[in-house]
Amino acid sequence: MTTGTRTPAEARTPRSWLREHSEIGVGVLLLLLGVLVLTDALTMDVDLTQRGPVGPRTVPVVVGTGLLLVAVLLAVDVLRGGRGEAEGGEDIDLSEPSDWRTVLLLAGVFLAHAVLIGPLGFPVSGALLFWGSAYALGSRHYDRDPLIAAGLSLATYFVFDNLLGVPLPGGPLMEVL
Amino acid sequence: MDSLNSLLDGFGTALTPVNLLWAAIGVLLGTAIGVLPGIGPAMAVALLLPVTYGLEPTGAFIMFAGIYYGAMFGGSTTSILLNTPGESAAVVAAIEGNPMAKAGRGAQALAAAAVGHFAGGMIGTILLVALAPTVASLAVDIGAPDYFAIMVLAFIAVTSVLGSSRVRGAASLLIGLTIGLVGLDQMTGQQRLTFGSLQLADGIDVVIVAVGLFAIGEALWVAAHLRRGVSEPIPVGRPWLGRADVRRSWKSWLRGPVIGFPFGAVPAGGAEIPTFLSYVTEKRLSKHKEEFGKGAIEGVAGPESAASASAAGTLVSMLTLGLPTTAVAAVMLAAFQQYGIQPGPLLFEREPDLVWGLIASLFVGMVLLLLLNLPLAPLWAKLLRVPRPYLYAGILFFAAVGAYAVGGEALDLVILLVIGLIGFGMRRYGLPVLPAVIGVILGPAAEQQLRRALQISDGSAAGLVDTPFSVTVYAVVVVLLAWPWLKKAVTRGRRNVSA
Repeated sequence: MTTGTRTPAEARTPRSWLREHSEIGVGVLLLLLGVLVLTDALTMDVDLTQRGPVGPRTVPVVVGTGLLLVAVLLAVDVLRGGRGEAEGGEDIDLSEPSDWRTVLLLAGVFLAHAVLIGPLGFPVSGALLFWGSAYALGSRHYDRDPLIAAGLSLATYFVFDNLLGVPLPGGPLMEVL
Repeated sequence: MDSLNSLLDGFGTALTPVNLLWAAIGVLLGTAIGVLPGIGPAMAVALLLPVTYGLEPTGAFIMFAGIYYGAMFGGSTTSILLNTPGESAAVVAAIEGNPMAKAGRGAQALAAAAVGHFAGGMIGTILLVALAPTVASLAVDIGAPDYFAIMVLAFIAVTSVLGSSRVRGAASLLIGLTIGLVGLDQMTGQQRLTFGSLQLADGIDVVIVAVGLFAIGEALWVAAHLRRGVSEPIPVGRPWLGRADVRRSWKSWLRGPVIGFPFGAVPAGGAEIPTFLSYVTEKRLSKHKEEFGKGAIEGVAGPESAASASAAGTLVSMLTLGLPTTAVAAVMLAAFQQYGIQPGPLLFEREPDLVWGLIASLFVGMVLLLLLNLPLAPLWAKLLRVPRPYLYAGILFFAAVGAYAVGGEALDLVILLVIGLIGFGMRRYGLPVLPAVIGVILGPAAEQQLRRALQISDGSAAGLVDTPFSVTVYAVVVVLLAWPWLKKAVTRGRRNVSA
């Protein structure tokens, strides 16, 4: 996010410099991704499979090189004062710092859903996903939230599994019913 | 006329009771999801994709057409009543529409937008009927080098025309291309970036990438910055237009498509540029210039019509060349691939029932949109009051349903989350999302065309530029790349600081 009121760089501690230039991290990630793509491409065993003048290696090499190039250009841009503008939106308040707790909670709830959908089935796991997400986002209606979550999850299960023909795992609950 | 007959056959397909039902459900679902704050048409289409999985292709795409138009109209409703556009194309609708709503003319603003969508969509779809078969028959003759050139143009255009920073656009495109590389090489079966995983060998499904970047990324990003105390939507009655409003709007409704359609058809089009151009045009031509910025009805009617027509234009390049120019078209292309159907010049020959049924249902969808949405507008406005925790929990919930429905793999949910986190980071650091999605979808196709072209020319790079068509396209690419310097040369003396 670009704001017009920045103090000169000398006046700040290394830590706040890093915070200010955290976008360099994006460049580092792109650099690592580029190295990964290049390594994968160059360690590929292509002698047997190559057909035609361009093998399976060429495009990954181009993409990997492109990633390295963009990583450097982005870092240069950030050091010269360029900033990617954080996306605004209807429900977004950029004046507050990022709320990492909510993001981590949501990611955790989502991962739990990925683990539980097999053993518990979709109706239970999906309800937990909705309730957990709503809780993480600040909803504290202990009477209403679980009911909405269970209703939404069951309705979705029946609509998809029975009406639309998209199979979802029922889990033990559906075996009992 | 040949295409007229095919279109009549298409109406035969679209007007069967079952398909009519799918179209109506699509319009209603699309509007309902599109109205929700924070959800643009691309996310609505991506989230609703799994709903169509169980249907046969024709029914699925008819429903899809309804979802698309419904979601666009829903987005305008949010802009007008909340002053909070869900996507860039709806920004213009907020400029004039929201002041109108504040002045108690919300009903008129919604009606002008709805009729604008109807007029733009109708004219745009008529142009689609007239042009698409011709474009398709011309495109039959273009070969691998030409296709590769068009795809390079699409890559360059999405990275440099849209968005404010080219480096960030290029970074996004490369991330998309990298995701597209994962899996078995199409020509040799060589594993790339799979790290020995069997599930990754199938590649990462485009739907998972789209849902991850749009839905999960957006939900996490909003969660990190959720506004406490949500802005209140303006209540609205049943939309209607007085005679004076109609007299002021009808020319704008007709002018919009002229601007919107061509921009939709070219790569890097989308509705962003034409809606803005239409707004400027309406302002210049209006007899009520002093009202602009305070709620001029022409400023709603023209741009909304342009947006709808540009959606129809998008379909020309999507159906005839297999080239998505907007995020919505990209998701639609993914849907086609889901059914094993490859859009392109041969689509009109191989799947005439599907294509003409789809085009006919665009007309049907627009009529339904007008019939259903005008009376239902007060109901849609109520959806703007959904508590935000439920709204974003619901987005996560349905994104999970969609990703799981793709292949029934729990691992897909983990991949979805990882891509969602990438989408979160991209929003944080201003990397545009569209180039990544285009990269995932077009990357593998572009590689195939490149290799085919070089196989024909026996490895000589000259084989890529041996047709007049490809040379022309590369000339456009060069102009696009050199544009900042060209602009500087034109407006010398003004220093451009933006990177």
